[in-house]
Amino acid sequence: MKLGKVIGRVVSTVKVESFEGLKLLLVQPLDEKLEIYGDPIVAVDTIQSNIGQIIYYEVSKEASMVIEYVKNPCDAAIVGIVDEINLGE
Amino acid sequence: MLLGKVIGNVVSTIKVVGYESRKILIVQPVDPSGNAVGKSFLAVDTVQAGVGDTVITIDEGGSARVAIKEPKTFTVKCVIVGIVDNVSKEI
Repeated sequence: MKLGKVIGRVVSTVKVESFEGLKLLLVQPLDEKLEIYGDPIVAVDTIQSNIGQIIYYEVSKEASMVIEYVKNPCDAAIVGIVDEINLGE
Repeated sequence: MLLGKVIGNVVSTIKVVGYESRKILIVQPVDPSGNAVGKSFLAVDTVQAGVGDTVITIDEGGSARVAIKEPKTFTVKCVIVGIVDNVSKEI
């Protein structure tokens, strides 16, 4: 899993059947100090994340398992919303 | 499997079903000498690791679900499966 920040929404009308009714969000990957790295990705959201929130997301096949209908082509999904990050020294 | 060092933890209230009461740690991948390589990632803990521990992590879904003893449809890919006592690199 990786940390990320929700930076926008993706609206799509024509999409594969298994994506119907799902919320797609634009996520900017962050490191543990919340510094930006890499390019934004599109991730499926099932936990009602909002723009501006720090979240963590999973990529690859395992991401598709957040959706009830397992045979879907999702490769990034938001898994949780971060309340707090503690970095030990 | 990857060698990593636990550098922190993440607290989260809202998460997908199945993640309740699981500990999520921030892991920095390290080389055998303990130097950081690449970007950190988050992993689910199964061995009660803590900040500062060197750990073995899995970054692959099938093995991760076996390690965490969850059914086939559980969203997990990164799991901490061991705490490293010592690494000896001989060559």
